Amino acid sequence: MENPKSEILHVPTMAEMAAEGKQPEILFWVGCAGSFDERAQKITRDICKILNHVGISFAVLGTEESCTGDPAKRAGNEFLFQMQAMANIQVLDAYEIKKIVTGCPHCFNTIKNEYPGLGGNYEVIHHSQLIQQLIDEGKLKAEGGESFKGKKITYHDPCYLGRGNNVYEAPRKALEILDADLVEMKRCKSNGLCCGAGGAQMFKEPEKGNKDINVERMTDILESKATVVAAACPFCMTMLRDGVKHENKEQEIQVLDIAEITARANGL
Amino acid sequence: MIAQILFIIILAAAVYLFSKNVVKIRRNILLGRPADRSDHPALRWKTMAKIALGQTKMIKRPLAAVMHFFIYVGFIIINLEVLEIMIDGIFGSHRIFSKPLGGLYGLLIGGFEILALLVLTACVVFLARRNIAHLKRFNGTEMTKWPKSDANYILIIEILLMTAFLTMNAADHKLQLLNFGHYIKAGSFPVSSIISPLLPDSTGGLELIERGCWWFHIIGILAFLNYLPYSKHFHILLAFPNTYYSNLHAKGEFTNMASVTGEVKAMLDPSFVPETTGEPQRFGAKDVTDLTWKNLMEAYTCTECGRCTSVCPANITGKLLSPRKIMMDTRDRITEVGNNIDKHGKDYSDDKTLLDNYITREELWACTTCNACVDACPVNINPLEIITEMRRYVVMEESQAPASLNNMFGNVENNGAPWKYSPADRLNWAKES
Repeated sequence: MENPKSEILHVPTMAEMAAEGKQPEILFWVGCAGSFDERAQKITRDICKILNHVGISFAVLGTEESCTGDPAKRAGNEFLFQMQAMANIQVLDAYEIKKIVTGCPHCFNTIKNEYPGLGGNYEVIHHSQLIQQLIDEGKLKAEGGESFKGKKITYHDPCYLGRGNNVYEAPRKALEILDADLVEMKRCKSNGLCCGAGGAQMFKEPEKGNKDINVERMTDILESKATVVAAACPFCMTMLRDGVKHENKEQEIQVLDIAEITARANGL
Repeated sequence: MIAQILFIIILAAAVYLFSKNVVKIRRNILLGRPADRSDHPALRWKTMAKIALGQTKMIKRPLAAVMHFFIYVGFIIINLEVLEIMIDGIFGSHRIFSKPLGGLYGLLIGGFEILALLVLTACVVFLARRNIAHLKRFNGTEMTKWPKSDANYILIIEILLMTAFLTMNAADHKLQLLNFGHYIKAGSFPVSSIISPLLPDSTGGLELIERGCWWFHIIGILAFLNYLPYSKHFHILLAFPNTYYSNLHAKGEFTNMASVTGEVKAMLDPSFVPETTGEPQRFGAKDVTDLTWKNLMEAYTCTECGRCTSVCPANITGKLLSPRKIMMDTRDRITEVGNNIDKHGKDYSDDKTLLDNYITREELWACTTCNACVDACPVNINPLEIITEMRRYVVMEESQAPASLNNMFGNVENNGAPWKYSPADRLNWAKES
């Protein structure tokens, strides 16, 4: 089905902007998953649509962006992490970047907390925080699109947004304007259960055990009886979708990113 | 007089032995690498007041929190009574605080009795949770015979001490009512008056019971003091410095290794000369002495409550990893290293290490770095930092990461992404709608 509003996305790169002598308000740090993972690419495009919708001038680094080094660091490869970090800081500083919004809690955590020690100082927010700010400022509502009224929605806290950085309310705020039936899982907020992907687990087989972590998380999701699981991290997205598939609940349960839900509610 | 001399000798010996063990543990902790935790003193005091003194992180499990609070408050407040017992013991006096405190004394003794009863009740409930209800949290691979016995010993000792305290008061109260000897009318006995009918009526028998319980109680406390350094119960002391020296950064932030920064800067800029700080250090941790003193202090602070393990996603799904085991292994190993130094001198090596002899690689690689264990710890212990340091050793010193992770490293290095995609395709998502 063709969405009538979906024209070719307007996504300027920093290089283009610099060539025109312009500086965007904010840099959108897309991240590796957001750039290459097919499912996450949709979220990336929705974040751009939201930015365009509210008229924030933004740009991406495009081919000049490189992995933040997060998976290398969590896996113990500090050399590789610092190589990546210093190269990225050089690029960011060359463009005199001040403010960054990320599409991934891992990029968010790494740039916000670990780059300053290596000389990279920026104001960094996660896209759920940007959405919250836009809602608070009255620039973003939930109108003109899909209605989530009365739908049972639950939110899965990504570790690096929640426990890692104490961001619990922003993504919930984005859901509260939907007039939906919001339910919390048994394990939520600081008690939230990991999806199983963090700490570089995304890139390896799990160790021997009696079940996979995303399958364990499914018990909380099923118990909540939610039909929409809101996510805020591309890795959680993959793990939760695999969990839903494992339980054969693809018809009943949708996993959607906060940005996708916001874009849909606004018909973007 | 003989009793006073005997008391002073026992007290001095107990204090001496305890200090000797504390000094040894302090020495062991300082075998760790340096870490600067001297910043933000005001915030540190506040953290300690909230988390150690105020026990705010216990609230997540309400029943355990209330029961633990009884024992905690009981312990602190009944220590006021112990102060009186000490003075009486040294000077041969009896209930020396009763005169100067007047009416307040009765109120205090009455309060101590009620607290003693609450402590007794809580200890019985805790024993039942461990030995009858067999709560999952108190089991697990690392909960071998000694840790289980340790927990039971602590609870039983506390029950015995409180029973002796109440029996002593009951006998004292009865002697007071009989106007016997130096047993002046002092104190109020809301709890012990219930058990006093069970005691004999002869003054001789009562005095024997009163003195017997007095000695049992105070020697018991001094013995318990000396049991602390060998037990998980040491947390009652270390919880305070351990929370004071808490990590004040966001939990998601991992330390940047300064030793690596120097080398990376030199690689990117050949004119850069890294600062050399003496002997080259090992990257990451192979043994406990590669960890920081704070990691080691945390190991001695751990009271094996298992809140960390009970929320660990790896442990919940049957993996080998248990954050509590990481802390217990670290403590057992640093104790062993310390004992080796005492026996064989500073440079002795027993060819054992924390990695492999205590903690396996399978445990390390099961961690998702989700910080659930760190968040759950009531005294701000961080097992994740130890896991990360050991991963760093395995990856950077041994190049022994799992093959799939080595592939990921290669992709990040060559393509700027953890997957095998061309960096030239990084903006392709913008071309579709």
